[in-house]
Order: sequence, then C-alpha cells, then structure tokens
Amino acid sequence: MRNFVQFILYSLRIALSGNSKYYAWLASLLVLVIFGTYSYLYQLQNGLIITGMRDQVSWGLYISNFTFFVGVAASAVLIVVPLYVYNYREFEYIVTFGEFLAVSALIIALTNVLADVGRVDRLFHMFPIIGTPNWPDSMLTWDIIVLNGYLLLNLLIPGYKLYKKYMNQEPSNWIRYFILLSIPWAISIHTVTAFIYAGLSARPYWNTALMAPRFIASAFTSGPAMMILVLLIIRRYTFYRKYISDKAISTLTQITLIAMIINLFLLLSEIYTVFYSATVHQISLKYLFFGLEHDGKLYAALTPIAWISVLMQVTSVGLLLPKRTRQNFKALALACALNFGGVWLEKGMGLIVPGFVPTPIGEIWEYMPSFMEAVIVLGTIGWGLLVYTLMLKVAKTIEGKQNLPEE
Amino acid sequence: MDRKKEAQDKDMGRRDFIKKVAVGSAVTAPLMNFQIPIVRVSLDELLQKHFKEMSEEEKKRVIERLEKEHRERYGVDVKIKTTEPLKGVVWGYALNIKRCIGCRRCVYACVKENNQSRASPEDPTVGEIHWIRVVEIEKAKIEPGTEGTDFRTKFGDVKVGISLEEGEHYYDPEKVPEKEYIYIPIQCQQCEKPPCVKVCPTKATWKEPDGVIVVDYNWCIGCRYCMAACPYWARRFNWTWPYLPKDEINPDMHYLGNRIRYRGVVEKCTFCIQRTREGRYPACLEACPVGARKFGNLLDPESEIRKIIDEKRVFRLKEELGTEPKFFYYMD
Repeated sequence: MRNFVQFILYSLRIALSGNSKYYAWLASLLVLVIFGTYSYLYQLQNGLIITGMRDQVSWGLYISNFTFFVGVAASAVLIVVPLYVYNYREFEYIVTFGEFLAVSALIIALTNVLADVGRVDRLFHMFPIIGTPNWPDSMLTWDIIVLNGYLLLNLLIPGYKLYKKYMNQEPSNWIRYFILLSIPWAISIHTVTAFIYAGLSARPYWNTALMAPRFIASAFTSGPAMMILVLLIIRRYTFYRKYISDKAISTLTQITLIAMIINLFLLLSEIYTVFYSATVHQISLKYLFFGLEHDGKLYAALTPIAWISVLMQVTSVGLLLPKRTRQNFKALALACALNFGGVWLEKGMGLIVPGFVPTPIGEIWEYMPSFMEAVIVLGTIGWGLLVYTLMLKVAKTIEGKQNLPEE
Repeated sequence: MDRKKEAQDKDMGRRDFIKKVAVGSAVTAPLMNFQIPIVRVSLDELLQKHFKEMSEEEKKRVIERLEKEHRERYGVDVKIKTTEPLKGVVWGYALNIKRCIGCRRCVYACVKENNQSRASPEDPTVGEIHWIRVVEIEKAKIEPGTEGTDFRTKFGDVKVGISLEEGEHYYDPEKVPEKEYIYIPIQCQQCEKPPCVKVCPTKATWKEPDGVIVVDYNWCIGCRYCMAACPYWARRFNWTWPYLPKDEINPDMHYLGNRIRYRGVVEKCTFCIQRTREGRYPACLEACPVGARKFGNLLDPESEIRKIIDEKRVFRLKEELGTEPKFFYYMD
C-alpha cells in the first residue's frame, strides 16, 4: 500500500514536470478546459436553452461527440488483439498509447453526456441501488454499464502494468484475464452505443441493422488514424522516437486502410438500399446529402458537411492505397487527418442530426450548435487531451527508465 | 416467499435510511432546505424517491413541499393530488377527422388546463409549449390505404394509413377550415406498447393501469431519449424554466399530470389525468366546437368509444410500428 502511494506521488511528479514546450502544451489545453468549464457552469445556470437544440432536434453536438469518442475508445482493442492474442511484439511499446487513448476518449464521451442531460443533479437515478435503472430494457442503462466497465478496465490494465514496472516486478498472470475480457468489452461499448439509435422505430434513418457494423468499422478506422497521428507527433518532437518502429506504424496504417474501405462499403450499402427502394424513409438521407425543399425554401445546412466528409474519407483511401504515399510520413499524416476528420464529421453531424429531420410529424427544422455549446464540447476534448498527455508522460517515463540502460 | 419478503424489507430499510436522514426532524430540516448552488436544488428535493416507491406518508410530505415550491416560485396556492387510476378502466380517445376544422381551440384549452409554458414578454427564448399539434394535410395526399385495409386490434378493427411526412403544423390562413385540407390533431397517443417507456433509463416514465403514460417530473433526468423514441413527436422538453403568469395558473393539479414542470425535464399529454380520474372529460374534448373529440373507457363494450371503433372507419397513426396507440382517428 505504501508502495502504491509512492507510485502515485512519483507519477504526479513526473506528470507535472517537463520542459517549456510541455508546459506550453498543458497550458493551452488548460485554457480550453477553463473556457469549457465556464460555459458549462453558464449552461447549468441558464439551462439547455443556451444550446442550439430544440424539441425538433433534441440531440445535437453533445450526443454526436459522445458517439464519436466511444468509437475512438473502442479502437484501442486493435492494438490489444495483435499484441496479446497474436503476440505481435511491435505493438508492445505502443499498447499504452492505445489503452490511455481509450481512457481519454471515454472521458470525452462521458463528459458530453453530462453536458447533455437536463438534470445532472439527478443522474444517480440511473444507477443500481441508489436509483432505478431501467435494465435490461433501456439501451442507455446498458451503455452506462459497459462504458464505465471499459473505463475501469483501461485504467486497471495499464495502471497495473506500470506499477509493476515501477516496482521492478513482472506482472502477475491474472491481469491477462482482464486483458482478454477487454477485447469483447471494446466491441460491446460501440455496439451498445449503436443500438441506442438502431432500436428506435420512430427514426427510420437510424433504424437499420447496419448501424452497429458501421459504428465498428468507422471506429476501427478513425481510432488507429488518431493513434498514428499521435505516434508521428511523438516521433518527431520527443526522444521516445526510437521505440516506435516503422513496422508498428505500417501495421496500424494497414488496419486503418482496411477498416476505412469496409466503412465506405457499408455506407454505400446504406445509400443504395435507401435510395433504390425510395420509400418515404429516404427523406432523412436525402436531407443529409441533397437538402429538402419546403414551401420554396431549401433546407440544406448539412449538405456541405456530408459531401466534405465523404470526400475526406475517399481521399484518405486514395492516399493510403499506393505504397509510395503510404510510406511517406507526410502523406500518411495527411491521410490520417483526413480520415479522422471525415469520420468525425460523419458521426458528428451526419449521423445524429438527420435522424431528427424531418420530425415524425413532418416538420423540417435545421439545427445549428450555439457558440457556447461548441465551447463546451471543445472543453471536453481539452479534458481528454489533458488526461491523455499526463498519463502518457507518466507511462513513457516509467517505461523509458526501464528500457534506457539497454542502449 | 419469505426470502423475497426479506429482500423487500432490506430494500425498504436501505431507502428508509436515506429518507430518515432526509426528512422530518427539526435538526435536519434546515440542512434539507439547503440549496445546492448553481443548480439550485434543495437536498430535500434531491433525495426524493421515485413516485411509485413512496409510501402514502412520504407522498403527503413531498406534496407539501411541492405546494410550497409552487407558492414560492409562482405566488399561487395550488392543490396537488395523487388520485389513483379508476379500477376497470383503460382510457381511449377517438377523433373525427372529417369534422375537425383545425381551429386549435383544443391546443389552447390544453395549455391553460395543463399549465404549459406561455411565451414570456420579457425573455424571447421562453416560448409556448403545446402538447397538441394540429397537422394540416392536403386532402390529395392522404394515402389511398386510408379508406381500405382492415387491421385487427385488441379493441376492434381499424383501417390503416396517412402519411405525416407532408404535414404542416404552422398553417396560418385567415380562416379555417381551408377547403382542400384536412386537419389531424396529434397529441400523445398513449400507446399500449410505448417506445418512450422502453427506452427511459430511469423508469421516470411509465404506463399507468388506466393506460395513460405519465412522467415523474421529479425523477426524469432530462436525457431526452424518450423524445427520440416517440414516433408521434408528442413529448416536449423544458429547455428553460416555464413562464406562467400568476393569474393564468390552474391550481387544480395532479402530481403525474399538470403540476408546473421543472426546467430540464420532459412533459407530455396525460389525457388530463387530473380530470379524467375524477370522472370529467379532458379539456381538449370540452373545448372542441364541432364535437370531433370522443373519450371513454375501452374496457366497456357499451361505451361511445367502443361503438365508434366498431362502427366507424377507424385508423391509427403509424400502425406499422406496432406501438398500438389508444388514440383512434375516424371518419363518418
């Protein structure tokens, strides 16, 4: 126990010390967090009226970002499986990047839920014993269970391994069971999140069996893309570069590429089925890609976002397919940024909002997030990145100490 | 059996503990009145139980507090009831779309009766909340299926159809009804299989024994999942505090019905639970100038509503979704 306390204190010391660049990075994240927190307090005081949401589109930026970042969290499994199931050693060094990415993405996802509920003071009504969770009927109740479970798993596994490293001991074998458990768990978090929407017959746009597969595919392409970006940045700007092999990056690149192709294939399947059958239910997808006309006015706020998102995703495939561009780190970084941005737009605005347009009784009402709402979301992302930075700093310093003497 | 009871007792014990700390004694009273800053919620309110888990005594105490809240916040003396559902009754509603003239008197009678938010003269963000929406549809756009297909239900055969995708609920002509249009007032359809109840993560909304879907405004967390799940757009969210002038408040209130809602919770039509449980008609029915609205007990084969379902051409909205509304539209 005393060792553990020392470990925590040691970690804190590492996390809070660094060069001036490190402090500048932390400070800029802190600015985001402060603005976000201020806006959130303002929202608490004035209610959700300060957002762009209304009865017609009753979920917006918060739930979109929640959805997207659950996907990013799930994608950590793509590092865990090759390493622990197939014993792919190239991922040994980068596995903490994945696990802590999961933690940070979950923090972003969960804080977005906090921002979205109207009565945050009553959130405990969802929990067992102190509340009345509607389990197993409500997918939101399921989601709270699997998300919090996944968060705990991804704190426990890397935390335990680091602690053992700090103590100069080999990790015990029991942690392996938790690692294996985390694999189906990762799939479950994004599946349940997809089921939140897919189960609603009231919203034909979401009511498709492809929803969960599409969620998984888009998560498995945008997650590794984000990871590659992080690894490239770390290779360029820090002295940990020698531990991140070209081969690890190339493997991640392949995963990203394949998942993106599957993602686009699923999108195409959806588009085909909806538009070819052309029932009344095509109206939401039509709104997303072409806009809707009503009384001589065109409603098409999301149209540019939809096309830009598709264009970004297709371009990223175009950049990743040829070997020459795939192995060029500048082109690779661009491809990953396009991939991540494209999926974020698709999941962010393209998935949640059109589900509400038109309303079930035929009203076309366009949603635009308010400024405050956007700042709150930026704040949650700031939180995530801050936690990610601090945790990586600790992990890499402790791991580095153990590895350096080998030089 | 014994074990089950034991578990129940234990359950009660745990909740009672919270409650004992929460209410009553002179020592804890000031503590319970403590308001958590920013969200402005008293500990007493925060620790309140789910409506269905409260004993009669607890309900009484909560009602006292709520009446006090109404007095302090809106300056009116109100009476909040917890009238139980009538035995052997399942409420059903029928609406004659051939008669409806689209005058929206039902909409405003509902607003008045059920204490919905009015438009604030000072704050433009505080708008009116309507539980009833009257959708205007061109006669030509009614699906051909409307006049034909039979569909068997628990309460009699109905016809299928009407597409709402082409509806307009902001119609504003000089005079209604317009010739080429029909009007379809839509409020909560009180589904037998309500998707909103299924998705609620906290069981804050449920179906009462008389078939009415209600919300515990003190248990709703405001996640708005039910709004996404409702195929009839029948649920409203309080994006801010409702605005109600003192002299427009209806003081005859029900806990699960028309008491004034909080900011951040969902509300909806309850077929005027505060009236119907005392043998009165819903306010929208009484306001209808053309007698298009009929209301009654679906379990009574002799009731007017059952006669309508049996004899008229009847349809329900979005029958294909399997929600089994207890709101029937008919033509004569």
